[in-house]
Amino acid sequence: MSDLDALRREALAAVASASELAEIEALRVQYLGKKGAITGQLKTLGQLPEADRPAAGALINQVKTEVEAAINARWQAQAAIAEAAKVEASAIDVTLPGRGLQRGALHPVSLVLERIEQFFHSVGFESVVGPEIEDDYHNFEALNLPAHHPARAMHDTFYLTDSVLLRTHTSPVQVRTMESREPPFRIICPGKTYRVDPPDPSHLPMFHQVEGLMVDEHCSFADLKGMITEFLRVFFERDDLKVRFRPSYFPFTEPSAEVDVQCVHCSGAGHCRVCSSTGWLEVMGSGMVHPRVLEMSGIDSEKYLGFAFGMGPERLAMLRYGVSDMRHFVENDLRFLEQFQ
Amino acid sequence: MKFSEQWLREWVNPPLSTQALVSQITMAGLEVDGVEPAAAILSQVVVGEILSAEPHPNADKLKVCTVSSGPESHQVVCGAPNARPGIKVPFALVGAKLDDFKIKKAKLRGVESFGMLCSERELGLSENHEGLMELAADAPVGADINGYLQLDDRIIEVDLTPNRSDCLGIIGLARETGLMNNLDVCMPDIQPVAAVHNDQVAVHLAAPEGCPRFVGRVVRGVNLTAATPLWLTEKLRRSGIRSIDPVVDVTNYIMLELNQPMHAYDLNRLTGDITVRQSIGGEQLTLLNGSETTLAAGTLLITDASGPIGMAGIMGGASTAVQSDTQDIYLEAAFFAPIAIAGRARAYAMHTDAGHRFERGVDYEGQVRAMERATQLLLSIAGGHPGPLVDTVSEADLPQAIEVRLRAARVARVLGMVIDDADIENILKRLEFEFTVDPNSGDRAWLVQSPSHRFDINIEADLIEEISRIIGYEALPVTQPVATLSMLEATETQSSDKRLKQRLIDRGYSEAISYSFVDSELQHRLLPDAIAVALKNPLSSEMSVMRTTLVGGLLKALVHNQNRQQSNVRLFEMGLVFHQQGEKALSFDAIAQQERLALVLSGQRFPEGWANTSDLVDFFDLKGDLEALLGAQGLIFQACEISGLQIGQSARILKDNVPLGQIGLLEASVADQFDLRAPAYVAEIDLSLALRQHVPTVQEVSKYPFVRRDIAILVARSVTATAVRSVIEMSAGDALLHLKLFDVYMGKGIDPNEKSVGLGLTFQHPSRTLTDEEINTAMAEVVQALASQLQAQLR
Repeated sequence: MSDLDALRREALAAVASASELAEIEALRVQYLGKKGAITGQLKTLGQLPEADRPAAGALINQVKTEVEAAINARWQAQAAIAEAAKVEASAIDVTLPGRGLQRGALHPVSLVLERIEQFFHSVGFESVVGPEIEDDYHNFEALNLPAHHPARAMHDTFYLTDSVLLRTHTSPVQVRTMESREPPFRIICPGKTYRVDPPDPSHLPMFHQVEGLMVDEHCSFADLKGMITEFLRVFFERDDLKVRFRPSYFPFTEPSAEVDVQCVHCSGAGHCRVCSSTGWLEVMGSGMVHPRVLEMSGIDSEKYLGFAFGMGPERLAMLRYGVSDMRHFVENDLRFLEQFQ
Repeated sequence: MKFSEQWLREWVNPPLSTQALVSQITMAGLEVDGVEPAAAILSQVVVGEILSAEPHPNADKLKVCTVSSGPESHQVVCGAPNARPGIKVPFALVGAKLDDFKIKKAKLRGVESFGMLCSERELGLSENHEGLMELAADAPVGADINGYLQLDDRIIEVDLTPNRSDCLGIIGLARETGLMNNLDVCMPDIQPVAAVHNDQVAVHLAAPEGCPRFVGRVVRGVNLTAATPLWLTEKLRRSGIRSIDPVVDVTNYIMLELNQPMHAYDLNRLTGDITVRQSIGGEQLTLLNGSETTLAAGTLLITDASGPIGMAGIMGGASTAVQSDTQDIYLEAAFFAPIAIAGRARAYAMHTDAGHRFERGVDYEGQVRAMERATQLLLSIAGGHPGPLVDTVSEADLPQAIEVRLRAARVARVLGMVIDDADIENILKRLEFEFTVDPNSGDRAWLVQSPSHRFDINIEADLIEEISRIIGYEALPVTQPVATLSMLEATETQSSDKRLKQRLIDRGYSEAISYSFVDSELQHRLLPDAIAVALKNPLSSEMSVMRTTLVGGLLKALVHNQNRQQSNVRLFEMGLVFHQQGEKALSFDAIAQQERLALVLSGQRFPEGWANTSDLVDFFDLKGDLEALLGAQGLIFQACEISGLQIGQSARILKDNVPLGQIGLLEASVADQFDLRAPAYVAEIDLSLALRQHVPTVQEVSKYPFVRRDIAILVARSVTATAVRSVIEMSAGDALLHLKLFDVYMGKGIDPNEKSVGLGLTFQHPSRTLTDEEINTAMAEVVQALASQLQAQLR
């Protein structure tokens, strides 16, 4: 039996020192295979007296089980190590940049336009667009701005002919809508507009406008105040934003109001270049649609009332995103645009 | 309009700080643009009296003066020619601070000097530096100059809207301030000036609709060399007007004070009667400013027997202008109807203070008052002998006060708030509007007449605006509109531009916005055949015509970026292009305004990065983007010669057989014109067509296995993928599910005129498993068809 014990010790030592999985597999064959050393011990049982065989057999099996367990354990341990090594070898630097394209960016003016539309769509306004080259009638005449009206001086106009021009506001779209639809309606008219202003930090000869119009049997100046205030608070995401309505004049609305918001930069604290330390920023024009404008488009101004408002997305984008120079909006510099990803 | 705060306060003086006053004016609808001090605040400058002025021992032009500052006397060396004993002048003591320097004790040519005697320029009051500023004889010696000259004043600038021309004078601003504060306005005392002779000029109103009232007066023996008093020139200065001579100063003063422009003629240069008439066209007039003008028909003129002597309400003529030796003058204060003046000044490119007021409107009853006030002031300054005031008027052509009906219910409906009758009436009173309760009305209403200075009040809405303004917009309620719900349209046959934009952004494109007006020549290089619409008044030649393509703008953006080391560029733009249609004269209807989408692609396919290839983009990058954008289904690219694009790398795009746009590599010569440094691929498509989409109808997905067979064929290089595809689709039978073109190879091992094309055909039957035999038969058909129709060989 000392052979068996020696064999056991030899096998366990070999297993303990084997590190490669193949090596361990080879030991399994060497000791436990059909022709293995321990298996061979069982074959020697026949040479023993019959009475000794059970005890000797049990001993051999015990050794066999013990070696088998050792091999399995060693195999598992080494397999785990090998697996870990493999995983470790395949580790990557997850901080390396990803593959392929980065996304582009929406123009900030579009971003603002989308937000404006989103708000007004949510309260049932429909977007309507129209031509950018307009006729004098729709751009001026139908808006209570007859030829030589001094207010035309506020609209420095690009002309193509004496009566064809680049629209100076998107109000002609409102006129076209009033001409073709029966009230009540609620529309907003986003789009490009043009005025003869050389480009400088606060002017562009081409800019955008969103004008809104609600015509209904019941809509009042108080409603206009409510809607605009709500919109500005939603737009600037400030529930307590102060909004101020100030009497003004537009030929197509009466009463007319300029809308100021509390300076979003200094909040009225003063010494501010954004609001010239007035604490207020002019952001919109608005008013009750002039009865003559309704009548000219065939709407009964006794039955229906309307309110209208207009705003400049460039101006709102400048305030919202801190853009300091309007010319950035037409340079299309990727380093500028990509900040709006 | 700029005005002195003190001047306003002389008329009405509410107990408000400047800041509160300015804010009140703004909130009344007269937007204040700026407030600035009327003068630099001077310290230690007092009224001084020259007691003696002796010659300087060492300098001919200097004098050594003894100057009293009240308690003390000082020795001052002075070079002014008018320095003489007895006059009172501004005296800057040692330690005084003038605009930018400090007065110190000094030695001038060996004589000590303690302080400085000042000219108007040194006080920052005018450009006058000819001598010392001489103060009135009763000026209190030692008094602080700020107080004495009322320099502690502010210049307020209001940006008036065109409807409020009544506030282009102190009289209107004072009325408005009085109204807001419920205070009475203190008008200056204006009394008729008695004539001392009966000289007059006859006036004929030959265009009474343009000039229904012309008030004139002869004043003889005026001394033009008299000095206009400081209080008057200071008011002018604070309104931005320079002092010229007593006559001009007084007429300007009346314009600023009473908002009535006036004109003065040299009486002795007038010939015969004055006639106000329309120009017959082609007449010549030399204006006061020296410019020679050919008058268009429809220009209202002041004429005498010699012809035109003034452009009515805009500018007088040179031939009858008051000159330095003029003694006898003829003063004009007229009412010109806005419609007769509006647009004229602009047509002649002349903006004058008078024209600005007349085209917006002045009080049609203010002329007599203005003439009396002007005469009174002129006589007190420059003397003279007034003739009678002659008011030539065509009553029928004067604006008529309109009676406007104001309904309480309408006020409430428009403003969203019921306003008490008593409050409405009180507001009307404060506005100086006359009213009576409408007796013939079931509901509560008033018949309202506005005074002549509020000629802007014509309809009920005008009155409601006034009421809301005086109540204050801030006091009006804030409510949310209540309206009938209605659904917005939501069609599925049309995608939205927002969605398209989002897809492009997801594929790495950024959105550009470019000018709609472009350089005519550059655009012509790009699209020689398009007829662009030109602007009559462009800002520059680079912005002279409307774009006929969006590509030009994108190329400019590309160059901008390339010049700033941004060479990998993907940009898109959506917007209108404009084409003149037909040969007929340009009109609104003859301009097509079409919405397009354009893309530009240049540089490397991927941003530089460890995992990215550094390949440059090519045609198929852009094509792939378009396919992803629009859906490859039904999209056809046809090789085509397109102006501006390189032959062989350009294509027409069709969707469902409708032309959609084009795509291609920008031609090298065009790229040069734009200063492009790298190849650029561009595409431009019609947006409305691109947005069309089908509502999907689903086909059942087959449960049965599919079988794929790959073949490689050799065909002539000129055979297109579309040709191969269509032959296969025609010959493979119904079971063909997909056809993939997985390889194209040209080069080594292949006839140089041929290419090898690898094709993967996938077969599947909707309701059963296909047999090998069926597929073999289909493949045989395909190979045979390719061979017979395209001379293709299996490789």
